[in-house]
Amino acid sequence: MWIFIIKRMGMMALTVLCLTFLVFFLTNLHPSLEKLAKTQGNMRMSDVQVEQWLEQRGYKQPLLLRYGEWLGVKPGYLFIKDDGKALGHCVRPGSKEIPSYCGVLQGDLGFSTVFKDNVSTLVGKRLGLTGWLMLFVMLVMVPMALIIGVLAGMREGSRTDRSLSTFAIITTATPEYVSGVIFVVVFASSAVGLRWFKGSSASAMDEITFANFTLPVITMAFYGMGYIARMTRASMAEVMTAQYIRTARLKGVSFANIVLKHALRNALIAPFTVIMLQIPWLLTGVVIVETIFNYKGFGWLLVQAAQNNDINLLLACSMVAVFVVLITQLISDIGYVFLNPRIRIS
Amino acid sequence: MESLSALQIIFQILIQLLPIWISLAVILILSIHYKAHLGLYGHLFDSRVGIIGLSLVLFWVLAAIFADLIITHDPLAQISGMKNKRPGFPVRGMEGVYYLLGGDNLARDIFSRVIMGSRTVLIIAPAATVFAFMVGITLGLPAGYRSGRVDTILSFLSNLVLAFPVILLFFLLVTPEIRSTGVPIYLAAVLFLFPIILFVVLFQSRFYTQPVKRNIYVATTLVLGLWAYSGLAFNMDPLNVFYMEPNLLNIFVSVVFVNSPTVFRIVRSLTLDIKTRDYVAAAETRGEGAWYIMLWEILPNARGPLIVDFCLRIGYITILLGTLGFFGLGVSPESPDWGMTINEGRKLLSIYPHLAIPPALALMSLVLGLNLLADGLREQSLKD
Repeated sequence: MWIFIIKRMGMMALTVLCLTFLVFFLTNLHPSLEKLAKTQGNMRMSDVQVEQWLEQRGYKQPLLLRYGEWLGVKPGYLFIKDDGKALGHCVRPGSKEIPSYCGVLQGDLGFSTVFKDNVSTLVGKRLGLTGWLMLFVMLVMVPMALIIGVLAGMREGSRTDRSLSTFAIITTATPEYVSGVIFVVVFASSAVGLRWFKGSSASAMDEITFANFTLPVITMAFYGMGYIARMTRASMAEVMTAQYIRTARLKGVSFANIVLKHALRNALIAPFTVIMLQIPWLLTGVVIVETIFNYKGFGWLLVQAAQNNDINLLLACSMVAVFVVLITQLISDIGYVFLNPRIRIS
Repeated sequence: MESLSALQIIFQILIQLLPIWISLAVILILSIHYKAHLGLYGHLFDSRVGIIGLSLVLFWVLAAIFADLIITHDPLAQISGMKNKRPGFPVRGMEGVYYLLGGDNLARDIFSRVIMGSRTVLIIAPAATVFAFMVGITLGLPAGYRSGRVDTILSFLSNLVLAFPVILLFFLLVTPEIRSTGVPIYLAAVLFLFPIILFVVLFQSRFYTQPVKRNIYVATTLVLGLWAYSGLAFNMDPLNVFYMEPNLLNIFVSVVFVNSPTVFRIVRSLTLDIKTRDYVAAAETRGEGAWYIMLWEILPNARGPLIVDFCLRIGYITILLGTLGFFGLGVSPESPDWGMTINEGRKLLSIYPHLAIPPALALMSLVLGLNLLADGLREQSLKD
């Protein structure tokens, strides 16, 4: 078991290394750097000035060397201007001290060129806000999906099954940008008149209320729910045909008892994996929902970083995202073994 | 002039869609009549879900085909005085002409834009799915059949792409800056090679005992394939038949790139399962080549799950294209792309809901149709 986890950790480190390098490569292509120089310096810089701007800040060094600087295995680039002003990878405005190494290994994710702040503070703060959103989405989505799945799967082919399954298919066909728009029109605009909720969640960043947080949560939960429900249904339907269920029936156990005591535990093993693997998929949803409802969390940060080619911020965002994917995969594999004692990891 | 009432609008739209209704009816009646001879497609008509799904998908396919007949206005034309007008508003100065679903922020007819928008989606999504499948099949079959080092490397690479958040990848891959570096062209150069490889190997493995036939097939594939390849990937088609806008190429390649690892995983796991069957062992004993077994024994027997996933994937790619449009990374800023129209309408949602709702419902109904179709196919293929 421990060997398995250590092996997986090694694999994870390798994956993160490869992917951050890919992001590094894509954000450091020359046209992107040119755009960065122009947005950071001056829109009307001439080509010579752009080159000089990049040169002075160390962007012209070989790619691998710069990646090493970001990782913290190479000393950070430093350039002292004629007027004594220091420029470079490790220079932070406001602090006099310039460390020679400042990379991921030193616990420094760098400095954001857009927000003029430390990347780790930015990511931490925004991730916290998204954490609340995810928490509520999970609290709504998972129980709903499981209930729908179990109700549909316990009597396969019945009318309940067919209508709930159709509902599940409808939710998987409604991406966030469709359901979000419809929900806002129905529940938050003056057009229909049901002004139950607010169409913007900007105020939820300070204080979460029922009115300002319901719409983003149900928008996200709606799209994710269908898939989990369908998996639960399939798993439940399979369990209900098992021999021990028939035995219980023949013994005269009531249907409710069969479902709750005999079937449910075994039927929930497969959905657990699905729910875990669904978490990374929610990231796209987070980005869309935070854009629609103007909630400035991690998704919003990612959009800002990407649109402004903020290299350090993008790298940090992708690192967080990739870690979420890999850790949920690991949890789903390990949890699967705990839930299902018949399986052994070797 | 009075604007139309809700009932009149619905009636007008139904009349406008007449070409769709007629051809839909013809197709459905013919299919039901001959369903006994149509294999899996015919079985589809035994399930209600399948019929509904098929009808929805056919509706949009026909809408894309007859779009020129259906639209009431040029989807790009702006008529003054029609900005953000409500559905059924009469066009100024023209007798009996209306904006059936109202006007958008730039005074264009929303109805015509939604109908025209189906064209972009219904060309790109299936085409991208086909390419993703060809890449996934060409790599997944040997990974599952041969196992060993090939499998380890390919699986690692596919997991690498799958671990990457889709949305971030798109933000990085679909930008004007990336386009000027040529990265999409390199990606296209690699990805577009796979269909040619697949078909050459397909014919080679099947007909290598009949050199004449083999030579004809392989030569035709190579000529057509490389001709299309030069045009699509490098825009160097000598006859200018095959051509892709740089922006479109960028989106297309990114979508294929994101989807092929998933197809690869599906094909690989199906191959792992099927290669233990007796008919594979029989073919091995006969001394058939590895590629023959993969392409002519294993692949046809994996078709059921693959067809189902094909339908689902078209739907997923439709959603993906909408997402791209939503973030302003769509095909072109002028084109009536659904995702982009939703994003534009979103900003005025509380005042003018009619801007964003029609494209949103259009996209949803198409994806719903594809999902129902996949469900019907799955149901029917499980019965066999």
